[in-house]
This record gives sequence, C-alpha cells and structure tokens, in this order.
Amino acid sequence: MIEVKGLHFSYDRKEVLNNVDLKIHDGEFIAVMGENGAGKTTLVKHFNGLLKPDKGEVLVDGKSTKDSTVASISRNVGLVFQNPDHQLFSETVFQEVSFSMRNFGYSEETITKRVNFILETLDLSSYADTSPFMLSGGERKRVALASVLVSDPKHIILDEPTIGQDYHQKDKLRNFIVQMNSQGRTVIIVTHDIEFVVDCKPRVVLLSKGSVLADGCYDSIFSNKDLIDKASLMSPQISLLMASLGDLNFDPKIMDLYQAKTVLEGKLKNCL
Amino acid sequence: MPVIEAKNLTFTYAGSNKPAIKNIDFSIDRGEFIVITGPSGCGKTTLVRCFNSLIPSFYRGEISGKIDVLNLNASKSNTSTLAKNVGFVFQNPENQLFSLSVERDVAFGPENLGLKRDETRQRVDWAMNIAGIEDLRETAPYELSGGQQQRAAIACVLAMKPEIIVLDEPTSFLDPLSSYQILEAIADLRDEVGITIILIEHRLDLVSKYADRIMIMDDGQIAMEGPPSSVYSEEAKLLGVGIPKVSMLFNLLKKDGYNLGETPVTIEEASQKIRKCF
Ligand SMILES: Nc1ncnc2c1ncn2[C@@H]1O[C@H](COP(=O)(O)OP(=O)(O)OP(=O)(O)O)[C@@H](O)[C@H]1O
Ligand SMILES: Nc1ncnc2c1ncn2[C@@H]1O[C@H](COP(=O)(O)OP(=O)(O)O)[C@@H](O)[C@H]1O
Ligand SMILES: [Mg+2]
Ligand SMILES: [Mg+2]
Repeated sequence: MIEVKGLHFSYDRKEVLNNVDLKIHDGEFIAVMGENGAGKTTLVKHFNGLLKPDKGEVLVDGKSTKDSTVASISRNVGLVFQNPDHQLFSETVFQEVSFSMRNFGYSEETITKRVNFILETLDLSSYADTSPFMLSGGERKRVALASVLVSDPKHIILDEPTIGQDYHQKDKLRNFIVQMNSQGRTVIIVTHDIEFVVDCKPRVVLLSKGSVLADGCYDSIFSNKDLIDKASLMSPQISLLMASLGDLNFDPKIMDLYQAKTVLEGKLKNCL
Repeated sequence: MPVIEAKNLTFTYAGSNKPAIKNIDFSIDRGEFIVITGPSGCGKTTLVRCFNSLIPSFYRGEISGKIDVLNLNASKSNTSTLAKNVGFVFQNPENQLFSLSVERDVAFGPENLGLKRDETRQRVDWAMNIAGIEDLRETAPYELSGGQQQRAAIACVLAMKPEIIVLDEPTSFLDPLSSYQILEAIADLRDEVGITIILIEHRLDLVSKYADRIMIMDDGQIAMEGPPSSVYSEEAKLLGVGIPKVSMLFNLLKKDGYNLGETPVTIEEASQKIRKCF
C-alpha cells in the first residue's frame, strides 16, 4: 500500500503540493490527471523517495520514505520518468533494460530471459544492440518503460506512458499493464491521454493546483462537466457524442467505444 | 504555390543499415494545415528534420533526392537561414530551452532577427499569452513541468512569426484544455496570416478538425494521403493509426451492416449523421 498523509512540498520558491492525502491499495489501477503544473510528477516522485515531504509523510508498504533510500524503495516501486532522456544512459538498449535487474543481483540467465521477453512485448527486440540515443522519441519512451517493467516491481508508476506511442503500441502497453495489474501489481499512471484512461477504466485522482480535486471511478469523474473544466480536461469523444444526442436518450456516461456501438445498434434496429 | 516540395527524398542515418525515409514525394502549399501520422519509428521526425537541414547538417547520413523549402534547396542551406522562416517545436521541448528564464528564451528569436525592442516585447507578450505562460516569465526552464516546457517551446516559435511552423507531437505533454486552446490559436494564425502548419500527431481526435490533409507514413514511406474522412478507414487502423473514436464507431457499425454514410471526422458530423436515423 502507498499512503500519503498531509503531504506538503515546495521546490525553492513555491508550494507545489498542498496537504495531499491519498490511499492506494495493493493491486489498484489509478490514473492521476490534472492541468500542467498541477503537481502530478512531483507527487509520484514522492512514491519512490526521489522527493521527500516537507511536511506530512509518504508510507510505502507501511514504511516512511524518509527512513529509506531510493535504491531500497526501487526494488518494490518502479518509476518511469515523464521524459525518457532523464532516464536513459547506457550504450545499448539491452544494457539499459538489464541495468536494474543486474543491480538487484539476478542471475544472468534470468536477466536475459526477462529482458528478451520485455523487449519482445514492447516491440524493441530489433533494437537490442542499438544505442537508445539513435531511437525515435516513442521508441525511447518504450525503452524507459521496459527498463522498469522488466523487474516486475510490486508498484508500477508510469509518468505519461503513451507519449510518442501509436494506437497499436498503446493497445499493447495497456494489455500488458492490465495483465500485470490483474496479477496483483499496483499500477499508477500519470497521463493527459483521456481516451487511454477510458480504455483502462481505472480509479481517477484529479490533482489541481497541488491539491486533490476529486477521486473516484473514471466514468463518474469524466461525466462531471464541472470537474472536467476545473481540471483542464476535455470530455472523452464518445461521451461528448452521447451528450450531443441527450434529447434522444443517449447517456453521456457511456464513453467506451464498444458500449456505444452496442447501444447504437440496439436503437438503430428498432428504427430501421 | 508549394512552400515545401520533396522529390524522391531518401535518408539513411550514419551507422544504420536501412533508410529511415525512402522515396518520399509530396508538395505542400502555402497556408495548408498538414497532419503527419503513422506508427512510432516510421520516420515522421526524420522527414521534418530535412525541412531545416538538421538533416544532413546535424544528423549525419546519406541523403538523396530533393527537398526544397521556400524555394531553397534545404539540404544545402544552413539551418540558421531557414530558421527565420521555418519554426520548429521539437518532440522533446526541453532540448529547445537554454536561457535562464522563459522570457529570455522567447525573446531570443525576435532579438536575433534584429527587431526593435518594442516589437520584440510585443511579440513576446503575445506569444506567451497564446501559450498561457505569462505567469512563468521569470522561471528557469529546469523549474518547469513537462507541459510548461512544451508551452515555452511553442511560445519561442510563435514569437518568430515564421512562414512555416512544424510541430512534432506538440500535445504529448500538454493538458487537454491547453492542447485545444493552443491548436485553436495556431489554426487561427493559419486563417488570418496564411502561415503553413505541419503537425505530427498520434491523437487524431485532437487535430482532425483543422487538417486539410492527413499524411499517413509507414516504414519510411507515405502510405496514405488525403482529407481526413478519406483516410480514416479500417486500413488506416491496421497501420496503427489512432483514428478518432467517433470515426471508429462508424467503421464498426458499417462492419455490422449499419451504413450511416461517409466516415465522420468530428463529433458534430457524427452526431448529425446519427440524428438523421431517428
Ligand atoms: N525542479 C523544479 N524546481 C522548481 N520548480 C519546479 C521543479 N519541477 C517542477 N516545478 C514546479 O512545480 C509545479 C508542479 O510541477 P510538476 O512537474 O509536478 O507538474 P505536473 O502536474 O507533472 O505537470 P505536467 O502535466 O506539465 O507534467 C510547476 O508549477 C512547476 O513549475
Ligand atoms: N539520430 C538517429 N540516428 C540513427 N537512427 C535514428 C536516429 N533518429 C531516429 N532513428 C531511427 O530512424 C527511424 C525513424 O525515426 P523517427 O523519424 O524519429 O520516427 P518517428 O518520428 O516516426 O517516431 C527509427 O527506426 C529510428 O530508430
Ligand atoms: Mg509532469
Ligand atoms: Mg518522432
């Protein structure tokens, strides 16, 4: 469990997190959303101890991050940075992705097996011997994802995982993290990609100006126009389509593509 | 009149054994709003790097064919000549900011053009306003969130008032409302001043309404090209293209035997087409 209690945090000058309380249970799937500068990245950097609270505390599996090093927390908490360039440093993709497991002391055999598996999963196999700096932006992001997902951490935190990803890659990534989630891993994504969130169907935490604005199931949050506006979001496409047909009894709470298809076909059958 | 013209353009990065783009042919007219999309790694960024001679001046490799930008041979011109007229917002905005404050960064371009102080100040204010970063004037780039860096990079380019603006996945760090506001502002500029916009984007739901033409790239080549409604097909989806969910919805319905006409591109179009059935 990750527990945030009365968290305050300032960089040099301004207060960025203002009294954040949050409880994330093992095996939950959470999307953190909110305007640019809301404090999302700052918040999740507290989860692996990269940043330490000025006031309040963050407990990971019952232990305060103040009493632990980033290195020790990282065994259980994997964090993928928003900007992959802050994370990548090795000469080849294979070295990059095997780095953390090597640090954790796994055997070469296990490392090779896991690395090859994760490279395959994220369509990176053909780049194993390539320098991460010769890759496209989206490919670099996937290398950053792979280098954390490879060690199968108990809590997985992904800051903007869909950056640079096309539709297939997003789908694959989603299937993979949903699968890890169903095996009991906690998944926390920070993202502006509302359509991706709709497809993941998580609990959504809206952060605004350093405080939690709302916390709940994605569909109740995304169908609340007031919250959407306050958090600088835009409603999902299907939801907007349904809302525009409200007088014909379409429900704006529907935001899933396939659900919309079923509902529409039901209605069309009756009138054609 | 075309502002960018490519003929048989092929480029292979030094040290790579296959071309990142091959046999690219197209022409872009003044005032067009072009969206380039396609799978991750298909060559989108590589293609636009040829527009301001970053390829082959900075990124070395083997280039062949022709690329003309504003009637200059772009692969033989120097990047700074082109920079006056072709503004770039790179995929990673951080690499574009190097001053100690956002304001200094935004003023850098206009000052380099030799503009008067008043004019510079006016442009800086205007650009920072469009990008929604007036309150970050004094902030250093490393103190910015990802999205704030992206906005600063956009302001830098706007302040130059170039003839062509190239934006490489500009919305990836932006919150949805600012994506919308900034894209609207850029589309207005196109309508008012006739600048040419080339935008690389995966999220076609955000940009479809502005696009005159969508170019779908795959494996270094242009795979499909045309107005949004004509390219939002099942075939495009197979390439991994993130066609808008309303367009997908109609494609799904069609598959099940409910043909509601041409694939809509926007929510409004989709809504009207559904309404007609009831
Ligand atoms: N290293 C830093 N030094 C000083 N201020 C910072 C630093 N990093 C971020 N900030 C400020 O803290 C605030 C929150 O930043 P943070 O990166 O957490 O936002 P975010 O919600 O992740 O935004 P985005 O959606 O743009 O990524 C912003 O106002 C930003 O300017
Ligand atoms: N600097 C570079 N050196 C060598 N290869 C590169 C470089 N940048 C990109 N590539 C390769 O060229 C191909 C196209 O990349 P890019 O144009 O960045 O793709 P996109 O922008 O469509 O995601 C990819 O296979 C990528 O790995
Ligand atoms: Mg962030
Ligand atoms: Mg790119």
